[in-house]
Amino acid sequence: MSRISKEQVKHVAHLARLAISEDEADKFTKQLDDIITYAEQLNELDTSGVEPTTHVLDLKNVMRKDEPKKWLEQEDVLKNAPEKQDGQFKVPSVLE
Amino acid sequence: MSLFEYTLRELQDKLHKQEITVTDLVDASYQRISEVDDQVNAFITLNEEAARIQAQELDQTGRGSDAPSLFGLPIGVKDNIVTKHLRTTCASQFLDNFDDPLYDATVVRKLSDAKSVTIGKLNMDEFAMGSSNENSSYFATRNPWNTDYVPGGSSGASAASVAAGEVFFSLGSDTGGSIRQPAAFCGVVGLKPTYGRVSRFGLVAFASSLDQIGPITRNVEDNAFLLETIAGHDPMDTTSADVDVPSYTKDLTGDVSGLRIAVPKEYVGEGVSPEVKEAVLAALKKYEELGATWEEVSLPHSRYAVATYYLLASSEASANLARFDGVRYGVRTENAENMLEMFKRSRSEGFGDEVKRRIMLGTFALSSGYYDAYYKKAQQVRTLIKNDFDQVLNDYDVIIGPTTPTPAFKIGEQVDDPLTMYANDILTIPVNLAGVPAISLPCGFSPDGLPIGLQIIGRHFDEATVFRTAHAYEQTTDHHQQRPSLGGAQT
Repeated sequence: MSRISKEQVKHVAHLARLAISEDEADKFTKQLDDIITYAEQLNELDTSGVEPTTHVLDLKNVMRKDEPKKWLEQEDVLKNAPEKQDGQFKVPSVLE
Repeated sequence: MSLFEYTLRELQDKLHKQEITVTDLVDASYQRISEVDDQVNAFITLNEEAARIQAQELDQTGRGSDAPSLFGLPIGVKDNIVTKHLRTTCASQFLDNFDDPLYDATVVRKLSDAKSVTIGKLNMDEFAMGSSNENSSYFATRNPWNTDYVPGGSSGASAASVAAGEVFFSLGSDTGGSIRQPAAFCGVVGLKPTYGRVSRFGLVAFASSLDQIGPITRNVEDNAFLLETIAGHDPMDTTSADVDVPSYTKDLTGDVSGLRIAVPKEYVGEGVSPEVKEAVLAALKKYEELGATWEEVSLPHSRYAVATYYLLASSEASANLARFDGVRYGVRTENAENMLEMFKRSRSEGFGDEVKRRIMLGTFALSSGYYDAYYKKAQQVRTLIKNDFDQVLNDYDVIIGPTTPTPAFKIGEQVDDPLTMYANDILTIPVNLAGVPAISLPCGFSPDGLPIGLQIIGRHFDEATVFRTAHAYEQTTDHHQQRPSLGGAQT
């Protein structure tokens, strides 16, 4: 039984903002299905009552003082931009 | 001169006595790169002009007696560590034009404060996803011991450049074995520090709960010097730990009498090749001779580590790599009609297959309806794996086993099969999940002349014991003094 369908792969690609061709969708469906099938070995373990680990260090919220600091200049921040205009990043139209 | 000839201490002494200059060292580095890098393929970007100017400046001041330990020494930096004004690509076409980064990673700032000289940026698997450097979008780095073989990954070129004598030492990053596995394959020393020991600020994030930057060197003492320089709390990384950094080099006494070593049966069992097992058992024999004791133990959840890792690391990657959208930096697709199309096409054109595969796996594992079954389940298994380590390290000082189940494999051999490739990291991944420190150092060679790595794992923030244990063994062998014959190198 397959764990993930081609339609699901296309949906996931859309969520991840990736454009994939039909051929790629076929290839990734097979590969992701293999990997997910492999990952299902975790179901052999009873994890009821086990706390999930998000992080190995015993850290709670790390706070700092909220004070203004000089960091990067606007001109510098824009210098690697693919397109810019009037001191801002320029992107294609968002609304049709 | 050759960078192969001396240890860090010897170079410090020669610089101090003015027997050599920083310019000599930097010349030797670029000379060696010009001789062998067409075979090794380690560097994506060289920093030659700036490095030579820096060398002249350092030579003008000279190495005073209070100079930092890395003064004038040529270093290579993995290309996912951000360097101000020096191109940083993560070996991805997405960042092919990222020529002028705005700031230095904290580790790079510390290297710069310590007056080491950055020689260039080192190849890797794209965004650190891979175990062979074949996932670089530029070229595959080769193993200096036999250029038909991979150097490992993802810090493959960080290890290969040190093994080939192109740089004196290097920085890599390790998410599931990416420092230790290439160090093992290339016959050099690589350390993954405790999670939180080294600032990740300026390391392009792959899996934030697992990533650590660490040193790659030709011997243990040099590695300890480099960690002393880069470790420590950083307000710019909220996950960096506020824990004192001891002097690791002072602790290298050679004394391991009474040391209690645990050897997990899962690390010397099925799937570990005979030559690797033999080399590790020979190393354990040395430890017995040195007065240490070892016992077999079990890390029963080890076999679940690879599945756990691929779910968690890919989930974190899918979130971290969302920043590559073609808006603020990087290569944007041509002529997109609207914003959504621009995002999708820029990312699809910029990322290679392994990166896309992991982003999609992670997106799937985090998506509505699958989160509990995959992501949360993996987080719970992570707890079990971490508990295994905590329990064993309660009773023993260190855990020892191989770094990898086999020596290096041939280029092209595993590249089409993601699951086989992932299995390379079966002995290194559990360490990242548990967050503990581990080193790989040379412990012999296969009959084909390929290096074999010994892995020593320690308690949280106890790199000192890991270094001391590694160093004591190293003093009894000459594996670390072997050199590849690449390009007529001195042996």
